[in-house]
Amino acid sequence: MNKAKYTQCIGFTVLYLCIVIMVVFLGSVVYFVTVRGIGIISWEFLTKVPKEAMTEGGVAPAIIGTFFLTLGSIIFSFPLGIACAVYLCEYSPKSVFVNVIRVSINNLAGVPSVVFGLFGLAIFVKFFGFGVSILSGSLTLGILVLPSIISASQEALLSVPQSFREASLALGASRWQTIKRISIPAALPGIMTGVILSVGRVAGETAPIMFTAATFYMRGYPKSIFSEVMALPFHIYALMTEGTYPQQQTQIAYGCAFILLVLVLLVSGVAIIIRQKQRKKYGQ
Amino acid sequence: MSIKREKIYELIFGILAFASLLFFIGITGVLFKEGLPIFKNVGIFKFIFGKYWYPTYEPPDFGIFPLIAATFFITFGAMLIAVPLGVGGALFINEVATSGQKAFLKPIIELLAGIPSIVYGLFGMVIVAPFLQKLFHIPVGLCAFTASLLLGMMAIPTICSIAEDALNCVPRSFKEASFALGANRWQTLTKVTIPAAGSGISTAIILGMGRAIGETMTVLMVAGGAAVIPKSIFDPVRPMTATIAAEMGEAVVGSLHFQALFAIGLILFLITLVFNIIAELLSKKFRKRLGLGL
Repeated sequence: MNKAKYTQCIGFTVLYLCIVIMVVFLGSVVYFVTVRGIGIISWEFLTKVPKEAMTEGGVAPAIIGTFFLTLGSIIFSFPLGIACAVYLCEYSPKSVFVNVIRVSINNLAGVPSVVFGLFGLAIFVKFFGFGVSILSGSLTLGILVLPSIISASQEALLSVPQSFREASLALGASRWQTIKRISIPAALPGIMTGVILSVGRVAGETAPIMFTAATFYMRGYPKSIFSEVMALPFHIYALMTEGTYPQQQTQIAYGCAFILLVLVLLVSGVAIIIRQKQRKKYGQ
Repeated sequence: MSIKREKIYELIFGILAFASLLFFIGITGVLFKEGLPIFKNVGIFKFIFGKYWYPTYEPPDFGIFPLIAATFFITFGAMLIAVPLGVGGALFINEVATSGQKAFLKPIIELLAGIPSIVYGLFGMVIVAPFLQKLFHIPVGLCAFTASLLLGMMAIPTICSIAEDALNCVPRSFKEASFALGANRWQTLTKVTIPAAGSGISTAIILGMGRAIGETMTVLMVAGGAAVIPKSIFDPVRPMTATIAAEMGEAVVGSLHFQALFAIGLILFLITLVFNIIAELLSKKFRKRLGLGL
């Protein structure tokens, strides 16, 4: 075997090892959480409120809280994100204004989640006086995912062939009619995948809701959008760092982590499958 | 008849697009407004380079140097793990993997990138920390090393998938030219593909680093929480993000402590901003070099 071939063989083996270590690393997280969490799950765990200082009972309020926070954030960011993407892709006058928007969205995407939490605390909780509530948390999370919704929608709109729009305009349709009837419907599956992926992300975020929405313990369920709320990710954190029965609390934390993991992986999995089908369709 | 209406629609979309810009301005504004007073009250030099962080003592000390040091210390460690593995993984997927392996690995990695940080935190606290404690005979498992390891794990999928996108952008003709000259696949990879994708791979690394610096829950749970300048990799530390998350709940609104936490947020924001701008410039350079649009 000559030297070049020898080097190639070693090089490829190293790369192979990289991917193996990576999969083992990440797989171990999924494995441990699944193995230790799956036994905790029961009908009671999913549907009952916590009892006996968090050591027994279920986590239903946390599941419901996460549901409301996620729903609220998507209701807020979905229309805004699509509108922004439409403006950037369809109207897109090559102006300084558009460039500034583009740059600020890119930078918004890189802002640490805890900083969004600070913003939410200062603006929604204090300035607008919404208090620590579902509303404050949803708005904070909504701003957090806005950049990803915008960029997914942009990608989807850009992948709609230009000829579609030209055909529509040639038939005498106006720009708005073209957007409404051609661009958005054609891009909708792509936009939806972006939104679904965002759902997965929002559901697992903890830092932004720590001071805007979440509470450790509730007797019942939230009454309105102005109530504090329990949420799965924050509940895991609280169980691991507060309270007086670490042994039992860790068990419940595993259960919560398992629910969260299943939720996130399921939701993102669906989105990724839809997107791959979609990409095939447009031959990308 | 409808030209006027068309203009109105364009205006509406423009305004909504402007709203997203407004959030960015808003975040910047809030951080400056709430955080800047501490620089005046404590002194900018004393705040950033002060060695002691005792916000609740009487009199309090607001030196965030240990927190900044911890953040960079942990991030550096995480990158030592994530960069080789992430880039190596991307090279494998792009150059070595069969199309079957590729179709399997790419979505799996993207899926794993979505695992919430709180799950890593729990995993680190209950599994990794006790394991490392036994393995290295260290007094506490919750330390900088554990935090680096977990942050590294979390950054791998990000780096891997962005680097893979960059490798994908290298035109086939580059490789074909190299093969035609008699180079084998490894030579083509190291001499042609990697240099061509270099700035794209750097973008991936910088974005991964930005992610690691801003990561909160994992470091809050596994880094140990002691606000001291780390001397060894097994020291417990308290990074900037963890400090904000841990202390904001008890800081009185408007107090010095409250201002200090916002100022930490401001510094964090500026650091990630710089990282983002560098990443953007690199990716522009990359696209220009390969003659891609945008």
